[in-house]
Amino acid sequence: MKANTPAERLFNGIIKENPTFVLVLGMCPTLAVTTAAINGIGMGLTTTVVLAMSNLFISLLRKIIPDKVRMPAYIVVVASFVTIVQLLLQGFIPSLYDSLGLYIPLIVVNCIILGRAEAYASQNGPVASIFDGIGMGLGFTMSITILAAFRELIGAGTVFGFQIMPAAYEPATIFILAPGAFFVLAFLAAVRAKIMEKKPKEEQKPVHCMEGGCASCSNEACSGKFYDNTVVKK
Amino acid sequence: MEGLGNLLIIAVSAAVVNNVVLSQFLGLCPFFGVSKKIETAAGMGGAVIFVITLASFVTGLVYKFILVPLDMSYMQTIVFILVIAALVQFVEMFLKKSMPSLYQSLGVYLPLITTNCAVLGVALNNVQYGYNLLEGVVYGFATATGFTISIILMAGLREKMEYNDIPKYFRGFPHVLLTAGLMAIAFFGFSGII
Repeated sequence: MKANTPAERLFNGIIKENPTFVLVLGMCPTLAVTTAAINGIGMGLTTTVVLAMSNLFISLLRKIIPDKVRMPAYIVVVASFVTIVQLLLQGFIPSLYDSLGLYIPLIVVNCIILGRAEAYASQNGPVASIFDGIGMGLGFTMSITILAAFRELIGAGTVFGFQIMPAAYEPATIFILAPGAFFVLAFLAAVRAKIMEKKPKEEQKPVHCMEGGCASCSNEACSGKFYDNTVVKK
Repeated sequence: MEGLGNLLIIAVSAAVVNNVVLSQFLGLCPFFGVSKKIETAAGMGGAVIFVITLASFVTGLVYKFILVPLDMSYMQTIVFILVIAALVQFVEMFLKKSMPSLYQSLGVYLPLITTNCAVLGVALNNVQYGYNLLEGVVYGFATATGFTISIILMAGLREKMEYNDIPKYFRGFPHVLLTAGLMAIAFFGFSGII
């Protein structure tokens, strides 16, 4: 697939560099809001909007922002969009606003967003960047919705509020409590490791590790899994 | 006396009952990323305690004396994250200049803390819960202590388990997640305290 076309970017975000399972970024919302599938979708789409918009703006401003202050500048852009989205949710979807709570403003420090700003939007044109944001956002949405659906199914016997399990099923409440989040993600990550192993590994070298802001997230991202076809100026 | 009791309840509940990592899922990135060795985990924990305590004080001041009088509390997310980022930079410069020994031990972790969501989370929670300045600082300190407790425990466990024979696909990240899940169950035991 040709690099940096909208379709390639979407595929890249959803499958190839899925932020949750491949890059292992943005763990906090991934685990915190996935108590019900509807929250997972809500959080995912909210993040997608912020990601796409901030990628677009950072890409447009990439030649204006001086290199030295780029991190603070990115943070301001991201925080502005988060605030806008937060106010919109509060006004129009108050139920989602209530259930996501603190994790909406915390989108600001979601490593996916700053990571994409740094790794992609700061080096590529606005159209490719916006699709990169949408792709990454949808990949994130997909993974956390799957995670949330599993937890809701086992922990409450429902998915999206619909009763799936027979009435005799005794829900294992632990799965919608905190430990369940760790367990379900552990199993999904193990399943992913199993699936990935079958495919022959693509010969790619990790181009760079994200520095600065997201460095604390680099446990997986920097251990050779963060591939990007973008050229990084150092 | 009543005030002290109140502060104690805030502290215990933030440090162990509602542990910031294991029940609120804040600060997971350093929790997974910097928990390979007890030594580095303790360094990270120390830096986090320092920054969160300071940040909850400063953001409390900013909120009370700038945002509320100007009726701009809707700007809190942007303002807080900038204050935190600036604060971390400032602390780093200050330590480098005046306390080189402390900088040696905490320095490497400081830049990583800006995006530790626990810092912003604490600042926002202080507003959300309506804590005053003192309560906010106590809450921040206790939350950070809870973070330190759990990251050091995690590092201790990981050091012990390094040579264990783990099923192939569970090696690495899934295994750390399972450990965290078991720790979270253990921390449920504290919920009876308050």
